[in-house]
Amino acid sequence: MNSLLEIANLSKRFGGICATANCNLRVAESSAHGIIGPNGAGKTTLFNLITGIYQPTEGTIRFRDQSIAGLRPNHIASLGIGRTFQNIRLCKSLTVLDNVRIAFDSQLDYSPLHALFRLPRSKQQEALSIEQSMLLLQPFGLAPHADQPAGSLPYGSQRKLEIARALALRPKLLLLDEPAAGMNSGETSELTDFLTQIRTEFKVTLLLIEHHIELVMKLCDRITVLDFGQTIADDTPEGIRANPRVIEAYLGVPEDDQ
Amino acid sequence: MSALQNFFARATLWRWPLPILIVAGFAFSGFAPSLLNGYTQFILITLGINVILCASLNLVNGYMGEFSVGHAGFMSLGAYTAAIFTTRWSSGDPNIFFPAVVLGGTVAAIIALPLAILSFKTRGDYLAIITLAFLMIVKSAFENLQYVGGPLGVLGIKPLTTLPWVFFWVVVTIWVIRNLVYSKFGRAIIAIREDEISANAMGVRTREAKIIAFGVSAFFSGIAGALFAHQVQFINPSAFDIVKSTEILVMVYLGGISSLGGSILGAILFTLLSSGLEPFGYWRMVILSSILVGLMLFRPRGLMGQREFPWLLPKGELSHRQKKR
Amino acid sequence: MLSYLAQQSINALQLGSIYALIALGYSMVYGVLTMINFAHGDLFMLGAFACMILATLLPVHLPFVIILLLVMVLVGLLGTAIERFAYRPLRGGPRVSAIITALGCGLLIESLTLVKFPYAQSMPPLFNNTIHPFLGLTISTLQILIIGVAITLMIALDFLIRKTAYGIAMRAISFDARIVPLMGVPVNRVISMTFFIGAGLGGAAGMLYGMAYPVIAPLMGVLVGWKAFVAAVIGGIGSIRGAVLGGFILGAVEVMTVVFLPSTYRDLISYSLLLLILIFKPFGILGSPPNQKV
Repeated sequence: MNSLLEIANLSKRFGGICATANCNLRVAESSAHGIIGPNGAGKTTLFNLITGIYQPTEGTIRFRDQSIAGLRPNHIASLGIGRTFQNIRLCKSLTVLDNVRIAFDSQLDYSPLHALFRLPRSKQQEALSIEQSMLLLQPFGLAPHADQPAGSLPYGSQRKLEIARALALRPKLLLLDEPAAGMNSGETSELTDFLTQIRTEFKVTLLLIEHHIELVMKLCDRITVLDFGQTIADDTPEGIRANPRVIEAYLGVPEDDQ
Repeated sequence: MSALQNFFARATLWRWPLPILIVAGFAFSGFAPSLLNGYTQFILITLGINVILCASLNLVNGYMGEFSVGHAGFMSLGAYTAAIFTTRWSSGDPNIFFPAVVLGGTVAAIIALPLAILSFKTRGDYLAIITLAFLMIVKSAFENLQYVGGPLGVLGIKPLTTLPWVFFWVVVTIWVIRNLVYSKFGRAIIAIREDEISANAMGVRTREAKIIAFGVSAFFSGIAGALFAHQVQFINPSAFDIVKSTEILVMVYLGGISSLGGSILGAILFTLLSSGLEPFGYWRMVILSSILVGLMLFRPRGLMGQREFPWLLPKGELSHRQKKR
Repeated sequence: MLSYLAQQSINALQLGSIYALIALGYSMVYGVLTMINFAHGDLFMLGAFACMILATLLPVHLPFVIILLLVMVLVGLLGTAIERFAYRPLRGGPRVSAIITALGCGLLIESLTLVKFPYAQSMPPLFNNTIHPFLGLTISTLQILIIGVAITLMIALDFLIRKTAYGIAMRAISFDARIVPLMGVPVNRVISMTFFIGAGLGGAAGMLYGMAYPVIAPLMGVLVGWKAFVAAVIGGIGSIRGAVLGGFILGAVEVMTVVFLPSTYRDLISYSLLLLILIFKPFGILGSPPNQKV
């Protein structure tokens, strides 16, 4: 079976700094794939490369058998890749509903002329936008807050809104950048169940960066470990747990072994 | 809440002001020549032109969040195009006024395209300087172009701008921009202001949005310029300098960005103050600038903040009582 | 031809020095508050007027340096006052409001000056200006003075920023204004000092400009103010060295285009060149793209 996402020999250099080096990754369709690694390992850079915010220096990225390296971010989004951001990037002064509607807009089909004269087509599409976006807010418990400015939501709700927004793209692949950041263990386990639910209900493949190891171990079918921009391991959770290189990357090597 | 309070709370959601205002406006402007003296009509025409300028700049500076100081350049392009069209390329009778004005707007919109393309990579204060350079280049280009009269400009333009025409264009401008803003194209423009990177990641076609924003904005600034040319009957490059751009800027921020109602109010306030203080001579600017500073300190986000009159909102949006901050 | 070019280079240096001084004031304030102080050009104008008033209305004839210092202090104090009463209240709010308020303050200064001096004034000479031969060219005392004073002030400022506690505080604030107070830095005082110095430099530039082109008018700051903004941006907003570089580039471009083309083309060519620079270096010559963590 062909992977949904295939990354081969991916490298990204910023001047002298090599943020990503010879990264290899295969994400199977309908799976949940985790990416872990120490800080600065190049995980978010990888996401930025996949979503077109950075252009790779070398290597290939293939999504559904199509090369997406070098495409613009909005094109990649319309191909079916949605994402959230490590530091929440919502439109803070816009309403919760509008944030989702913006992501849903690429699925609306009408021209500026329709908009200009408020022709029935545009009115119908706009009503669809409001209706579908509200539907997306409901499983996240955000529907009652639809008309509040997104910036006024508590942190956890903002994170949920980011996920709802990404789902408005009807993506095949959902990139989550540290979705459990700042959560305690109770909230994290809630999130784990929630993400499992999303995976089945919305039929998305999940690719997530996380530092909460329990979440990753519980949720993911496969885990890739990055360090210094390179893939140092790619295995099932059990395999990763026992992998000496991974342990070394996180904890270092015992002094007497050096 | 008493019945009266209830009534007023619901009244603000009513949309009846809009059609009434439009009909009343046309009727009034039609009867104006017999009701008002020439000076008052002149002021009202200036007011209308300012509303158009303000609304068009609001699209780029307010909804898209840039800081364009070059819009007087678009005004200039529209003014000169229309003026040359009516004085030299045609007979000058009232029937060609509409095409002349539209031509002015179109030329301005086309010239806005390179600016829009520059805005793909450049934003914020650096883009502001680019718009300033654009303004200076247009001004200097016209000063050196003998065909349009160089520094002396174009004289003897027919006074084709009437109150009904101005009102017509005000309605068109507000209508177009309003419908644009409350559509997916408008949301794209606003998303660019809020967070361009995440907007891109959410599938927003930011390049297209920037072209639309600059194009529409320039178009209506050009329209305003064309109307202006046929009001004052002679134009030269110095009429469209940084001072003019600054005036439009002040109107926009005074009224409130991202608010068409704000643009209308800002233009009204500015025009009335500006003309009402004429008798004060040099003290006029002192008073005007003091009021500006005072208003900014008192209401930093402008008169309307970022909110919109409910009767300007399209019906679909109103049902959600959008309260934008 | 070569000597004509060289002669014009001295003029370019003179104009560039003045533009650099004004651009410095812009950049300093921008670095600390991320705010474009549109009143700055009018402080420049006040410097020229202050000099004229001091030179003509005082019974005693003061030496050049004293007048310069007085002008700098007076305009500096005014700059500080404007910050205190017009900008500080808006500090937490949208950036644009402060900018428009600055515009309003500038207009207020212009209009008040217009009320008092509706017509252009002439700047009296402060000393006997003599012409000296120099490497086959001629250079006047005035030109030497202007270039000299400007460069001295710039060096002094550079020293201030890099070597004094105040300068370090100022740069710290430009990096992250929120945590700096937590380190015991008196942010308000540093900002006031920044405005004092920035305005003082602008006032000095105005005085020098008035001496070089001795007809001064209340609206002379408008265009110069915008040009200084352009210079600061071309060099890279917030970069002190960039402001100096931008100022000299602008002065050189303005003077040199008139050498080769009719003077009516000056703005057309200068701004086209500036546009070109921005197209190739979108963040200014010495500027850097804003750090965006995605």
